[in-house]
Amino acid sequence: MSIMPIVRTIRVKAAPNRAFELFASRMGAWWPKGKTVGQKPHVEIVVEPRAEGRWFERDADGNETRWGTVLAWEPPSRLLLGWQLNTHWRYDPDLMTEVELSFAPAEGGGTLVTLEHRNLERFGTDAAERRKSLDGGWPTMLEAFARHADA
Amino acid sequence: MAYGETALASLAALGDPTRRRIFERIAARPAPVGELARGLPVSRPAVSQHLRVLKQAGLVNETSQGTRRIYRIDPRGIAAIRGWLDGQWASALAAFKDFADQETDQGKPE
Repeated sequence: MSIMPIVRTIRVKAAPNRAFELFASRMGAWWPKGKTVGQKPHVEIVVEPRAEGRWFERDADGNETRWGTVLAWEPPSRLLLGWQLNTHWRYDPDLMTEVELSFAPAEGGGTLVTLEHRNLERFGTDAAERRKSLDGGWPTMLEAFARHADA
Repeated sequence: MAYGETALASLAALGDPTRRRIFERIAARPAPVGELARGLPVSRPAVSQHLRVLKQAGLVNETSQGTRRIYRIDPRGIAAIRGWLDGQWASALAAFKDFADQETDQGKPE
């Protein structure tokens, strides 16, 4: 089973190199508060500036919670991140879904930022494996579903 | 769009706590209605009603095994996860745009 990737495009006023920098190097400053996976709120989200670097959040106590892996670091035009959070919102080194960001000069100035999150069917594989265990279930994901549904 | 509709239906279906518990049980292990109803503070017909809603939302399906019907997770339910994740990215990117444009307008040197 294959699932259509998530594709979203936005336009920002900054030039591509600046947009790339703000996106990747200041992620903790713009990522919505409370929408992270660590035990405590994040103070920083780190995308290490190299292929095979780590992608993680850090809280005020210095605890780090891993999100994934940097697969390609190609400023100013492309960033490829491995999103490795499973349906329990836990880092799973065996799960790999790709999030590709492209930064292209927009007509009339600024940058078109396109995000593609693909390999989503791998969440299903993951889910299918969880289902085999009797104490499976997706509590954390379901809580998130519920919060969204109740909003 | 089909994906969006499925996701919305799925989200709404999981908004009910009892229904969510039933879904979690099915996610843990395919089961007939009697087993799903065990230990829940609702009647068996109520569980059947919840199962109907979960089925309509594309989250579970059923197969016949002799005279029993076994409920299991419908892979299309994964489409709900996609829909939810899509919403997360939408708000994250909107937050990024706000932040980046503010930085640009202020002309802050980095």
